[in-house]
Amino acid sequence: MTVYLPHTIEEATALLEAHPHALVLGGGTDVMVEINFNHRKPSDVVALRNVDELRTWTINNETSSIYIGAGVPYSEMESGELQKVAPALAAAARTVGSPQIRAAGTLGGNLGTCSPAGDSLPVLSALNAEVHLASSHGVRSVPFAEYMVGPKRTSRTATEMITGVTIPKANGWQGYSKVGVRNAMVISVASACLAIQDDMVRLALGSVGPTIIRCVEAEKWLHENFATLTDLQPADCAEFGRRAASEARPIDDHRSTAEYRRHAISVLAQRLLQRSIQS
Amino acid sequence: MSNNEFYSLTVNGVQHPVQDAWVGESLLYVLRERLGLPGAKGACEQGECGSCTVFVNGSAVCSCLVMAATVVDTEIATVEGLSSDGTLTDVQQAFIDEGAVQCGFCTPGLVMAVHHLLDQNAQPSEHEIKEALSGNICRCTGYGRIFEAVNTAISRRQENAR
Repeated sequence: MTVYLPHTIEEATALLEAHPHALVLGGGTDVMVEINFNHRKPSDVVALRNVDELRTWTINNETSSIYIGAGVPYSEMESGELQKVAPALAAAARTVGSPQIRAAGTLGGNLGTCSPAGDSLPVLSALNAEVHLASSHGVRSVPFAEYMVGPKRTSRTATEMITGVTIPKANGWQGYSKVGVRNAMVISVASACLAIQDDMVRLALGSVGPTIIRCVEAEKWLHENFATLTDLQPADCAEFGRRAASEARPIDDHRSTAEYRRHAISVLAQRLLQRSIQS
Repeated sequence: MSNNEFYSLTVNGVQHPVQDAWVGESLLYVLRERLGLPGAKGACEQGECGSCTVFVNGSAVCSCLVMAATVVDTEIATVEGLSSDGTLTDVQQAFIDEGAVQCGFCTPGLVMAVHHLLDQNAQPSEHEIKEALSGNICRCTGYGRIFEAVNTAISRRQENAR
């Protein structure tokens, strides 16, 4: 096994071209657990720790968008300037692991692992994020919905690396909620991100399906039946929650049951919509 | 860097060669088993307990989740490096004075987390203290005396600053 420590994206993609079976290592908070427990023994590792250009983020006021490099850790999204322009991402980042995990774990790592329980992923789905991939042959951008194709399965090829994402600057209310067994250091049993972008309500669900699920039917129902959100009555929010829950595709596993997850989604979606009206 | 290649880590300002190691080893394992620095404790090895907390370039992280061979160009600080010549830091002294130690297994990680908190925020609120220590699990104390120790360290720093 060899560990490579490139300093630039160009060096990193050249290494992946030469070693397509290499494991791309971000903050290590997922991968090292697997290695420590002998669940994974990589042939080679391309560690991105020293690629400074991945650790930057920029706000583009002309396009009203935010670019976040794959190496930006959760601790940087939690507060400060990024929280103002991407409040749901900040809320999701604050629920990840512990301060130690948030200092190491990165947005690119969350996308690389691409677990349905990944906390940033419902936010990226609700915001129609573009995922940027680079290889030694060039770059391409993929909508999040086309990037995540299954549980821990993505459309990234072995010689590509994630360089960052682009999301729109928030221009309406955004929120993220998750259910787990305790407050700190918990992997979600069910999660949801609601974002009002360009006056349209968007809802994405985590941990309740093989991929992040966008509730297109619930979104459509809301859009077609209510001219403005201020018209919404509590019963309408509850109906939105029920519709969102019916779009979830949860399973029973060691963390929870399908029935509980579906119930949790109906509550989370209802609550997020209510909060968006009250704010 | 490949297997059987030497690499070196800078821990507490001192360069340590790492020899005959598998390059996939965690920083925690290398610190304890190869460099003779057992201050960081190994418990869960999955980032849940915080017993192995060290600083890498000033960030408090779980050393069990850092691949040692990837931090060759960084400054690593462990609990052994908090003070020299056998003296205690104010946080360590506060832990003793407040009886915040029972079995002691979580203590090095907690001491590191408290130092990290107070270096960034001299007057944390109760909520900020709890949040900062939420990644460190103690199964003995129920945390009450640990929070007391943090408050004692804070007030002593304030007194000394006057």
